[in-house]
Amino acid sequence: MERTQMHRQLANMRKSLFDQGYLDEQFIQLEELQDDANPNFVEEVVTLFYRDSARLIQSIDQALDKSTLDFTKLDGYMHQFKGSCSSIGAKKVKSECTQFKEYCKAGNGEGCKKTFQQVKKEYATLKKKLEAYFQFARQVGPVETACRPK
Amino acid sequence: MECNGFNSPRSDTFPAGLRVLVVDDDPTWLKILEKMLKKCSYEVTTCGLAREALDLLRERKDGFDIVISDVNMPDMDGFKLLENMGLEMDLPVIMMSVDGETSRVMKGVQHGACDYLLKPIRMKELRNIWQHVFRKRVHEVRDIESHDGFEEIQIMRNVSDQYDDIYLHNGGDLTSGKKRKDVENKLDNKDFGDPSSLKKARVVWTVDLHQKFVKAVNQIGFDKVGPKKILDLMNVPWLTRENVASHLQKYRLYLCRLQKENDIKASFGGIKQADLSPKHTAGKFGLHNSINIQQDDAANGHFGTSDNKIPPHNIDHKIHEAELKGIVSMSMTKPKKAQIVNIPEPQKLSSSGTGLSHSWGSLEPDPKYAAFDSTLTMQYSWRDIQYQEYKPHLQLENGFRHLPLPAIQNHIQVNTLRPVPSTNTIPFNKERDKPSPIEIQPSGAKCRSQQIRQVAPTGNAFDLLSAQSESSMTNFHTSSPPASATFSMKNQGIDRISVTDLESNKGNLIQEIGEAFACIDEDLTASCFQGDCCSINLGFQNIAEVSPYLYDALKFDYENPCDSLEYPVIIDQGLFIA
Repeated sequence: MERTQMHRQLANMRKSLFDQGYLDEQFIQLEELQDDANPNFVEEVVTLFYRDSARLIQSIDQALDKSTLDFTKLDGYMHQFKGSCSSIGAKKVKSECTQFKEYCKAGNGEGCKKTFQQVKKEYATLKKKLEAYFQFARQVGPVETACRPK
Repeated sequence: MECNGFNSPRSDTFPAGLRVLVVDDDPTWLKILEKMLKKCSYEVTTCGLAREALDLLRERKDGFDIVISDVNMPDMDGFKLLENMGLEMDLPVIMMSVDGETSRVMKGVQHGACDYLLKPIRMKELRNIWQHVFRKRVHEVRDIESHDGFEEIQIMRNVSDQYDDIYLHNGGDLTSGKKRKDVENKLDNKDFGDPSSLKKARVVWTVDLHQKFVKAVNQIGFDKVGPKKILDLMNVPWLTRENVASHLQKYRLYLCRLQKENDIKASFGGIKQADLSPKHTAGKFGLHNSINIQQDDAANGHFGTSDNKIPPHNIDHKIHEAELKGIVSMSMTKPKKAQIVNIPEPQKLSSSGTGLSHSWGSLEPDPKYAAFDSTLTMQYSWRDIQYQEYKPHLQLENGFRHLPLPAIQNHIQVNTLRPVPSTNTIPFNKERDKPSPIEIQPSGAKCRSQQIRQVAPTGNAFDLLSAQSESSMTNFHTSSPPASATFSMKNQGIDRISVTDLESNKGNLIQEIGEAFACIDEDLTASCFQGDCCSINLGFQNIAEVSPYLYDALKFDYENPCDSLEYPVIIDQGLFIA
């Protein structure tokens, strides 16, 4: 009984990630890819994303610290970062990335810096939310197990 | 990188087991794509670096059916990878990117991508990629069918039976594919044939094969070139005209693109080029043209536009002047630039097919471009430039002054094949950088016009640098030894020579170029005493030839430290130009 409730809670948690615009359909794609061969596929991918994108964030930070901004370079980094974001369906982060690229195109350094703060904020928020979600999911356990009669 | 390497079950379970190579620098995407493709029952190999992918493709030549590659990668632009792959192997390539900008997608297609997917990529899109592999196969059959009659139709039918459903479902695609193929046929000649060759539908253009191809193209001459002729020359039994035709088209596109880059980099103008090469159609032979221009400029001493501060250029220029002593016909071909220089010496030289014969007697202070020999052009498909009038004493600057011009009539033929300016990666260079043979044939008294030969010389050879596959090979052929020596040397290393008779600029250049030349120089000097004037000049010729080659290579991201070390001066030049 309690299990079912937890499941419902987990489902709500997941739903709110979509409802609040944190995630898009790509995340569902990932979930669909999860199977017996890779039972933790989604989490693995998300972990990989956060591990790999950290260096890009760092690169952008450094590039933004320069006295004269190299917008081509910034745009290049952000392009890569945006591509990564699209892999897990990080919707909000992605839209901030798009904004950032707009500012790059316009040569607006201030805009870039401001937007990048937003990017990092959304990036961190999503990380926290996903971590909580995965943790809870582990607690609840796989649906099949929970439903299987003993 | 990962690969599940069992040999794919072909045809019967198609498209299951389709061998896919995925190239993306983003590990997250790599993981996802791998999983997706596996779910489609494809065999997946993943690769995080473009160069690695290229190596892998070369290593396992027949190991993949299709490639999916990201556009933005730090180590190599996806387009460049695409181009390399397209040129070397006949594989369908799908590009992918987050960026759906029309221009980029167009660029991808222009570079030969068969599809352009936008991230995030959906599994259903990936599930469908087998169609590109299939389309390719169908094309090959179709194409042949339309030209060669029923034997092939039969085969075609077999194929369509085999893939019956698929075929029906994809009617539209096939049609469009056919259109594409038709265009290609229009571009090529109408003569096709060789129905014997259907067995192997897909050709992997190996290094060797490509080399043969390039050789054939050069032999035929670029504007005369047609798939059938190439095929005949290549003499590879299993190859079909269609294989060659498609490769030729790719090759042309590739050269076109190179030319564009060249045009941007070298700002000297097209007017002269047009004058000199009436037969060229701009787009097609572009690469040659631009290289030619450089050469011409060098010969004329105009390097003006390109801010010429570096001695090697001057040297180059002088060298060319030196060459003017005879008849100089320069022939350029596609990727390689082949230069043929005929230097007939004094009196009785009658040149044959080329109709170039000139005596030293007529002295004009400045070499002029007098005429274009159309015969030559026909023969070599590129422009020929004749310098018809020479001043014998022009040579003072060129080290020719020592040459007594004995009664010996020498006909010297310098034949140089330039390597293809190549794009990155060493293996690629290996393939494309052709040796540049330089053939010198001082022939004895009655040298009658030698036909200008384009490729491999015969006779006793003087090999310079020939040991090195990636560097130019120089063959000096002495058919009759008025020059008193048959030289035979192989040398990769380049040491210094002290050059006495030459201006310091030249001296420097020569020093860098090496021991081999030192030897030449000595021998040649000896020859000089005997009155054979050609030798030194030829030595320079070599230098002249070698350096643009390297310059080309460098310009295109050439990465071979060894070479660089060997030709320091040249590198200067290359950097300067690039």
